[in-house]
Amino acid sequence: MLEARALSIGYGARLVASGIDLALARGEVLCLLGPNGAGKTTLFKTLLGLIPARGGEVRLGGQAIDTLTRTEMARAMAYVPQAQAMEFAYTVLDLVLMGRTAHLGPFAAPRAVDRERARAALADLGILALADSDANRISGGQRQLCLVARALAQDAPLLVMDEPTASLDLGNRLLVLERVRALREQGYGVVFSTHDPDQAHELATRVAVIADGRLAAYGSPGETLTGEMLSSVYGVAVMVERTPSGRAVVVSSPRR
Amino acid sequence: MNTDRTPRVALVAAALVVILAGAMLIAAMLGPYPATPGEALSAILRIGGPPHGPIDTILFQIRLPRVLAALAVGAALAAAGASYQTLFRNPLVSPDILGVSAGAGFGAVLGILLSLPVLGIQALGFATGLATVFVVYGLARALRSQNEILVLVLAGIVVGALAGAGISLVKVLADPYNQLPAITFWLLGSLSGIKPSDVQIVVPLVIVGLVPLVALRWRIGVMSLGDDEAKALGVNVRLVRGVVIVAATLITATAVSVSGVIGWIGLVVPHMARLLVGPRYDRVLPVSLLMGGAFLVLIDTVARTAARIEIPLGLLTAILGAPVFVWLLARGRRMWS
Repeated sequence: MLEARALSIGYGARLVASGIDLALARGEVLCLLGPNGAGKTTLFKTLLGLIPARGGEVRLGGQAIDTLTRTEMARAMAYVPQAQAMEFAYTVLDLVLMGRTAHLGPFAAPRAVDRERARAALADLGILALADSDANRISGGQRQLCLVARALAQDAPLLVMDEPTASLDLGNRLLVLERVRALREQGYGVVFSTHDPDQAHELATRVAVIADGRLAAYGSPGETLTGEMLSSVYGVAVMVERTPSGRAVVVSSPRR
Repeated sequence: MNTDRTPRVALVAAALVVILAGAMLIAAMLGPYPATPGEALSAILRIGGPPHGPIDTILFQIRLPRVLAALAVGAALAAAGASYQTLFRNPLVSPDILGVSAGAGFGAVLGILLSLPVLGIQALGFATGLATVFVVYGLARALRSQNEILVLVLAGIVVGALAGAGISLVKVLADPYNQLPAITFWLLGSLSGIKPSDVQIVVPLVIVGLVPLVALRWRIGVMSLGDDEAKALGVNVRLVRGVVIVAATLITATAVSVSGVIGWIGLVVPHMARLLVGPRYDRVLPVSLLMGGAFLVLIDTVARTAARIEIPLGLLTAILGAPVFVWLLARGRRMWS
């Protein structure tokens, strides 16, 4: 269980947003939306304990995160960053193996059992065949899945994903979203940020919208992601329509 | 590249152990008074004990200490280079990136200027090398930037340049007939003055510096993903970084204070190690140690036997290192692209 209470976030002296109350439990998908620069990444970094909260607190499993060690946090919560090329050409398996770090003694290196866990995580996501490939030479979607596999190998019940579908083509985007849905069904708690409200409609059990230095909306996708709210947050006229199959999609409003 | 590198690592390590042993044997045999393989091997196995004849005396007093020093210095520089490259996520950094070499160089040439005994020169070089890194680290922390590594490296360049200016000043002040040649030769790198007592200081200090690097090998490798990812994976980034910087600086300063400035090893050897066993630090470190040690043992043997005068080591490593590095750049671009 991950909770933010009256959280203020920011870098150094700059306050980005405040008054944020959120909660995420296992089996839930919390989707974070907001315009560029609203503070989605700052919020993630604060939730992960990578930068200190400017006010309020983040609690993980009932404990304030600043009382936890890195190892304790890593066993409870895994981070899936946006996939980028790395300086060193690790194999996919070695990269996923790094997810085992929090389960190793301080002076230990991974053993056979850790390699098995890493391979199982890759198999879970359907990319075991890539295990010995250079992680810098696979497609963007595969690399993103590889980072998800690393988070699974971490054996943490909560996953924090920073724009997992950004810069992916249609096929890879759908692939990643399908995996997120499967993870939810397996009982993981997932918080992910996106620029696409349709993804939130489709996947999220809860939605948080950050805009203008505050939590602009928080609740179920249906009640949060209204045309009115999206129009005001993004500054463009949009409306939410239902497709014949019943899915909600965001479209631009006809000009009046 | 589809390869499981695990069996290959063992093979590479075993081959390097054989090469290193062979290099040490050859180094022990060659010199103004050549030894047979049997004499050299028997002396290596009995080192520290009483000498059995004149060839033993030469080997114990002169040649083997020098071989051991070359082994320690080469291994130290390669290990420090591998550590800094992983820590700073940059394959182009070398052990002197934080100004260690320039700092230690300044102390040592100052020692020569002040006509200190050899041990004094080494101690002063070691002290200023360490002091330089503390100044660099303190400066980087005082500047408090978001990008800690960039500031650290820039501070290293600035302080290193300042130490370089200090070296120039010492050269200007030095007696041009006596001290200046000694300073120049020292700055080019040499193991010609090594005594058994030096080895007794250098080897333990290098080992002390290597212990935390070996112990934390996995976490140091994870640091190559960047601070945020390493923290989220459970690494105490600040602690591990501090340990790596202190340990790698200790072994670099130790090496520089006895051998002078020997470039290229810390840059090129880790690259070759990555080419052989991939980028994992827990594999690159042992391979770099063996390779750096064997390389400098061989280079130093060439330096003292190839010509009638001693060839400076820095000269030989540059002549070899520069083309090898260009070749690595051309061939191994994928290692970091």
